[in-house]
Amino acid sequence: MQIVVNIVVLASLYCLICCGYVLIYRASRVLNLAHGEMRTLGGYFLFTVILAGAGSPIASLAIALVLSLLLGFAVYFFLMRFLTGESVLAAVLVTVALGIFLRGLITLGWTSQSWHPLERMHVENATIYLFGNAAISTFGLAAVVSVVVVYAVLFGFLKFTRWGLRMRAVGEKPLLAAQRGIDLHWYYALAWAISAFTGGLAGIIMACDSGLYPNMVVIALSAFPVVLVGGLDSLVGVIPGAFVVAAVQVAAITISPQASEVAPFVVLLGMLLVRPWGLFGTKEEWERV
Amino acid sequence: MAFASGYFKTSYRGDLTIVETKTRWVALILLLGGLTAYPLVASPFLLDLANQVLIALIGAIALMLLTGFAGQISLGHAGLIAAGAFTTAILFREVHAPIWITLPASGVMGGILGIVFGLPSLRLKGLYLALSTLALHFIVIYAGAEYETKRGFATGIVVDPPQIGPFILEQATSWYFFLLVMSLGTVVFALNLLRSRTGRAWMAIRDRDVAAAAFGIKVGRYKLYAFVVCSVLTSMAGCLFAYYQGFVSVEAFSLMMTIEYIAMIIIGGLGSILGAILGTLFVVVLPYGIDAVVDHLSIPSRLTTYMFAVKHSTFGLIMILFLVLEPTGLAGLWIRVRDYFLLWPFKYKPAGG
Repeated sequence: MQIVVNIVVLASLYCLICCGYVLIYRASRVLNLAHGEMRTLGGYFLFTVILAGAGSPIASLAIALVLSLLLGFAVYFFLMRFLTGESVLAAVLVTVALGIFLRGLITLGWTSQSWHPLERMHVENATIYLFGNAAISTFGLAAVVSVVVVYAVLFGFLKFTRWGLRMRAVGEKPLLAAQRGIDLHWYYALAWAISAFTGGLAGIIMACDSGLYPNMVVIALSAFPVVLVGGLDSLVGVIPGAFVVAAVQVAAITISPQASEVAPFVVLLGMLLVRPWGLFGTKEEWERV
Repeated sequence: MAFASGYFKTSYRGDLTIVETKTRWVALILLLGGLTAYPLVASPFLLDLANQVLIALIGAIALMLLTGFAGQISLGHAGLIAAGAFTTAILFREVHAPIWITLPASGVMGGILGIVFGLPSLRLKGLYLALSTLALHFIVIYAGAEYETKRGFATGIVVDPPQIGPFILEQATSWYFFLLVMSLGTVVFALNLLRSRTGRAWMAIRDRDVAAAAFGIKVGRYKLYAFVVCSVLTSMAGCLFAYYQGFVSVEAFSLMMTIEYIAMIIIGGLGSILGAILGTLFVVVLPYGIDAVVDHLSIPSRLTTYMFAVKHSTFGLIMILFLVLEPTGLAGLWIRVRDYFLLWPFKYKPAGG
């Protein structure tokens, strides 16, 4: 039972991280390689808000999430906006640069020491026992619950709201969408903001569960296999992808911790060879001339 | 004139020349003379810096061929360097192989990795090569770490200085000349490759893959070819890196190393060999430059622990600025300044130039 719970918690974290990648990729075909840093910043936002003395834990959580959302808008309007319409190569390289820049800022602002926002908040990360004596930490449970909520809201947003419809249109054919009067910049920015928001949520949960340290960024890298297994442009695919990768990782940890770090990438490679567009992704065909 | 001010090429032969005018020949010979004389005047520190630049240059040119000319992103550059370095270290430790075996062996290793990890990019376009090279990075590092722990080299593997004929490469000066020959060889190889069918095919794919396919270029094959050339060169650079450091350990090959190489080609200017050279110089020298500035400003030593972070964010910021404001990089800046003086009082080159 414990193994199942571990897999579910890890998979939920992956889901939260990965829907950020998928949203931006779907909207603008850019793979955001700075997502790990943006997510980590979410955790640091929470820590700073707590230090600044923002009343109740719920209030500080809300403020940190709003800050994450603003971070996403800021990244788009001050940086990525200049690359809209440029080659994807340039945009992806900019995210690499942004990542290293943010990582430097994180260390400058909060040092490379690890912090524990929970202690400052005086909230305990109590262990909850489920059926079969399986233990789950409060924030592990929070991850699972927030994944369900986030995904329900995202699906509703993309399927049934006007903004969601427009965002899908922008992702499918930007030129046509722009000709129908849709403001591309706004919807790209929205994709970045939502992505930063969900990423920030993941960062906050991880910060509460196991503390804050700049190397938290690394888990965003093992999240790549998740999006790839599911399909880079498929939000649904993230869920099975997350479970596959989490299961493989939990299984590999019995060999060694290093093996568990590398296992997702073996999965990624296998997937690339067998079905590179992922389980639920759309196959990008060669355009015939 | 040192440079042609217009487009004077009237034959295919002329189109293929690398050194265009007589003055440029003179400049090239002067440059080679200067490079040869460099160890006589340079301090040991500057000589070591030059050696670092020369090793990095091989890797940077390899990445420039892949990203700058074929338009594919690689996130596994540090992994490929590690592959070369570990091949060298393992061959040296296990069978005491000399450099004339380890260097080609590293190249072969790079080639094999290039084919295996480049295969996915055959089937699809887009960012799939970037992801599969990221996998390459982690798998190579894992294999290296496993070897280190299994064989009891937990802190790293020591590699003795190599022997080439009667010379043992131990002195910085002898290293300098050896590396100079290797790097210049790589530069010439790259320039030569770029004026051939292969180089033109890569640039066509980079600019518009569908159009390239319409011209009869086997897009998948040339993409894979670009990646294999890149990995062979990079692995060989890794071999030299292992010998020069005299020490191989997985910690040296972090993703930061990959990002440094990406920074080199971006800052230098994508799509230019001159750019790779300028970018390498810039990126290798920049950290020392920051150190020098900090020393000069006599910033309290308490803050020196932040130097690493300052370097990170400076790198990031400079890369962003170049990508957004000057995508042609240092090489583009140089060409712009040169053309300004060359064409004065006119503003534009005649069409075709």
